[in-house]
Amino acid sequence: MTRGGAPLSSNEDAILALGQRLERSNKLPGLTLAGEALSLDLSGGLWLAAHRTLVVSDLHLEKGSAYASRSGQFLPPYDTRETLACLHEVVARLDPACVVALGDSFHDSRGPERMEPGDRAMVAALQEGRDWVWIAGNHDHAVNEGVGGRYADTLALGGLTLRHEPVAGAAEGEVAGHLHPCGKVAMRGRAVRRRCFVSDGHRLVMPAFGAYAGGLNVRDPAFDPLFPKGFTAHLLGDGRVFAIGRAMLARD
Amino acid sequence: MPEAALPERFAAWFASRGWSPRQHQLDLVTIAGAGRSALLVAPTGAGKTLAGFLPSLIALAGPRRTKGLHTLYVSPLKALAVDIARNLEAPIAEMDLGIRVETRTGDTPSHKRSRQVERPPDILLTTPEQLALLIAHREAAELFSGLSCVVLDELHALVTSKRGDLLSLGLARLHRLSPGLTAIGLSATVREPDDLRRYLVPQNHRRTGASPPPCGEELEMGVVPPGSGQGHPATPTPDPSPQGGGEVFMADLVVVHGGAAPDLRMLETGRALPLAGHTAGQAMPAIYELIGRHRTVLVFVNTRLQAEYTFQELWRLNEDALPIALHHGSLDASQRRRVEAAMAAGQLRAIVCTATLDLGIDWGDVDLVINIGAPKGASRIMQRIGRANHRMDEPSKAYLVPANRFEMLECRAALDAVEEAAQDTPDARLGAPDVLAQHVLGMACADAFDPNAFYEEITSAAPYATLSWEAFEAVVDYVATGGYALRAYERFAKILRGPDGLWRVRDARTAQQYRMNVGTIIEATKVKVRLARQMRAKPGTIMPRGGRVLGEIEEDFAETLTPGDTFLFAGEVLRFEGLSEDEALATRAGPGTDPAIPSYAGAKFPLSTFLAARVRALIADPFEWDRLPRQVTEYLLQQRRRSVLPGAADLLVETFPRGGRYYLTAFPFEGRLAHQTLGMLLTRRMERARLRPLGFAANDYGIAIWMARDPRERIAEEPGFLEALFAEDMLGDDLEAWLDESSIMKRTFRQCAVIAGLIERRYPGQKKTGRQVTISTDLVYDVLRKHQPDHLLLRAARQDAATGLVDVGRLGMMLRRIQGRIIHKALDRVSPLSVSVMLEIGRERVYGEGADEILAEAEAQLLEEALA
Repeated sequence: MTRGGAPLSSNEDAILALGQRLERSNKLPGLTLAGEALSLDLSGGLWLAAHRTLVVSDLHLEKGSAYASRSGQFLPPYDTRETLACLHEVVARLDPACVVALGDSFHDSRGPERMEPGDRAMVAALQEGRDWVWIAGNHDHAVNEGVGGRYADTLALGGLTLRHEPVAGAAEGEVAGHLHPCGKVAMRGRAVRRRCFVSDGHRLVMPAFGAYAGGLNVRDPAFDPLFPKGFTAHLLGDGRVFAIGRAMLARD
Repeated sequence: MPEAALPERFAAWFASRGWSPRQHQLDLVTIAGAGRSALLVAPTGAGKTLAGFLPSLIALAGPRRTKGLHTLYVSPLKALAVDIARNLEAPIAEMDLGIRVETRTGDTPSHKRSRQVERPPDILLTTPEQLALLIAHREAAELFSGLSCVVLDELHALVTSKRGDLLSLGLARLHRLSPGLTAIGLSATVREPDDLRRYLVPQNHRRTGASPPPCGEELEMGVVPPGSGQGHPATPTPDPSPQGGGEVFMADLVVVHGGAAPDLRMLETGRALPLAGHTAGQAMPAIYELIGRHRTVLVFVNTRLQAEYTFQELWRLNEDALPIALHHGSLDASQRRRVEAAMAAGQLRAIVCTATLDLGIDWGDVDLVINIGAPKGASRIMQRIGRANHRMDEPSKAYLVPANRFEMLECRAALDAVEEAAQDTPDARLGAPDVLAQHVLGMACADAFDPNAFYEEITSAAPYATLSWEAFEAVVDYVATGGYALRAYERFAKILRGPDGLWRVRDARTAQQYRMNVGTIIEATKVKVRLARQMRAKPGTIMPRGGRVLGEIEEDFAETLTPGDTFLFAGEVLRFEGLSEDEALATRAGPGTDPAIPSYAGAKFPLSTFLAARVRALIADPFEWDRLPRQVTEYLLQQRRRSVLPGAADLLVETFPRGGRYYLTAFPFEGRLAHQTLGMLLTRRMERARLRPLGFAANDYGIAIWMARDPRERIAEEPGFLEALFAEDMLGDDLEAWLDESSIMKRTFRQCAVIAGLIERRYPGQKKTGRQVTISTDLVYDVLRKHQPDHLLLRAARQDAATGLVDVGRLGMMLRRIQGRIIHKALDRVSPLSVSVMLEIGRERVYGEGADEILAEAEAQLLEEALA
């Protein structure tokens, strides 16, 4: 057990030590994909400085109200507000010229209707003065009006192709979401599980940004065909992003 | 009170068996015959169950009343209900009473359940969860309208948990559906019988309009032992409550004292005990020998890990191949049933068991109870002792087996407590809001409710007697739409208030959801352990199907296993082969394999406040030491020489350097949970004081914190530094800040969320994995805490944390106690007392049989240092 609340365990020490080592060898939490420099933001957003573009994936707005309407489970109706507040923090910090929401921005196609007026105004405020692209996802492909911005299935940006669901055999430079990757590190009876970016230098799969979006372990077979030669997971820590090799990652 | 005479048929039956009715049995007949409720407190073997049913049997044997359910019996264990049904058969058949008795548990087939509602038996035996389902039934009002008597068995065990809250609300509904209902509580000896007497009867008779028996009487049987606190004369009630104001409503009290004093001792093996560790490996030969000399022995341990270890060790010694079995909560249910059946049939010589056998069926032939490890509580140990010899006039025989030197102190304290018949059962509970939320939805499923009448009914239940109208409204609002300040879910409301002012459930689907989620027991997510087969043709290849299921392990534990790891389970050393869907596959490890003992927690009880105070008193008073084993006395003498022994109310704090770090140890003796919380809070404060704390370890007796800076300088330079560090105000902001981000709080919140119906309960075979649920509740917790920190479920989780895993209540008591009583000793090396808690460091997971040797080695090194 340690100070600061979280139980101290030697594996957390080890993770921190590992992180420090990586920090020395790799000063910026970024990588290169199809010749484009990517910065992996601690918030789970992707910052393309050369294009002044911020990419966020799988916002799943109105997931709470979707549960209430479909199954009568009353999860706290603050997920949209929370997700937008996080997004606001990144936007205020980076001041992007363009924001790309990489699909599944709403949990279902009726999501925009159920949005509270305050949250709707928040979206409008975020969109003001910048280009805003909603990429279609599997949850929200039917959403194509009423929440500002423009709509697209894919978006090409320099050498990158931005789409919601990764496509097997895609050309180099694919940036996708959809899978909600999470990485788990387990040592000596303790486990840390965090959202993460996954990349093999050929494609990048982004973490889900939404407050209620769950996660799929990167050791799940769903990732195998996308990364046949292995990958590095970039886990979102409390203070920064940690690059962890596949061998260090545990299954659920 | 006029003496009751048994009807002739009953008197003849007693005579035919060579029995005469006991006084308390007759008293219950009199009290219940007068339409009054009663609490029967009696030791095991006093014929408690028969006493509870006698009034109903007599009434049912009389002139035939209208058909329908007459008596409802509720037990915490379904096995107990089934067993009681069997025991009732004999008198009913032999007296030819023509009474129909049935059980209703989770195992009862649905056609039988429907039939039980259409054509109810005379006596129905069930569990608190099934009662909740029954009163939520559309036909509940009719089913219970003629109910005369409700019997609550093992009441002392039920009232200490949320199950007790749920049962109290069910009982309140029964009192309302059948005014004048007699409630009979059966209980082991408890510290405050008045708490249970209140639990049985409505706390606001006048308002509910039920016919109140305006007074409760006490009947004392046997001899009142001095100092037991139960010898006060009959309390005429109603009397002014201590809080001033209202009246006190209590059931009558019938106490059966005495029985023969138990023959209880500490097992002396003559060997030196380690300073830490809980396996009691050194005592195994002596325990085996005791088993050989007795008919049937129950060997109680405190955790499943200890159960596995003990079972393994006994079989290692078992040259005579005595039938020794294992029983704990992780084993497959059918396996547990087989063990119970073999025990009942007298085929076993010993069962190694955990708290799973604390309650339950009368074994009959048990002639010795052995309790390994610290007793943790005086009442608990008396319950366990009572499992031996169910005849109250013969002494129960039992041994306490300490596993380390501290436990010797604890065993001594427990022996003293048993001698004085002192009790340390917990205080009465404040009803949990999450349980109330579940009940409110259930009652809306039964029928439309009027909020005013319903509020009166709920506050008639003792745990909810102080519930305010506003708090009640908040719960109703939560059930209807989630209780959120942002009114987002109005149009999806689960219960709706009609123009007539009554609340009704929205639809059949909501009612179905309620039925699927009823109950307050939230099991840790578990995975099955299945024995896999090696493929003959290809050694090393595992066939995933076909093997037997051995039981279940916590998912958290399974996740820490990697293929090839070995662990003790179900009495065998298994090799983990991998996870397949929701099952852990394992093969039998080769002979002589050292297992990595599972770290699954099982039931772990914190040391009771009462025993802790006695242990402190023992240490503080050298005149008491001659009653302790010599190795303990010597150890205490060493401590006095090297450092100091604290007084009974003092807190000893020691500081010393070791291996490049600085240590601070403290000995509050308040139990592991309270110490863990203390450690969390102290390290926060030490961080602010720039002492750079690095970690801490805690056990039942004390904590050790290690840090990068030397605290001795600060303590010497700054007067009052330690006092400020241990000041009570740590329970303010520091506690709040820590709780908010602690994983304990998230787990507690998840349980409240499931009970209150926010998150659906999972059932085996459902596709969704527990991991997903855990994650979503963590996400929900974070979002809710940020946006509505005063939400009902967060308040419920905090209320739980205060008494449960965080034990803030006890920590607060300790901090008040030690004000101005901190004794600081700056040492240049570790003291004997500190060694005991230092040995907890790094004990998260213990490996194999080598573990104790390694610990002993570490201990020897530390000791050498201390005594050099």
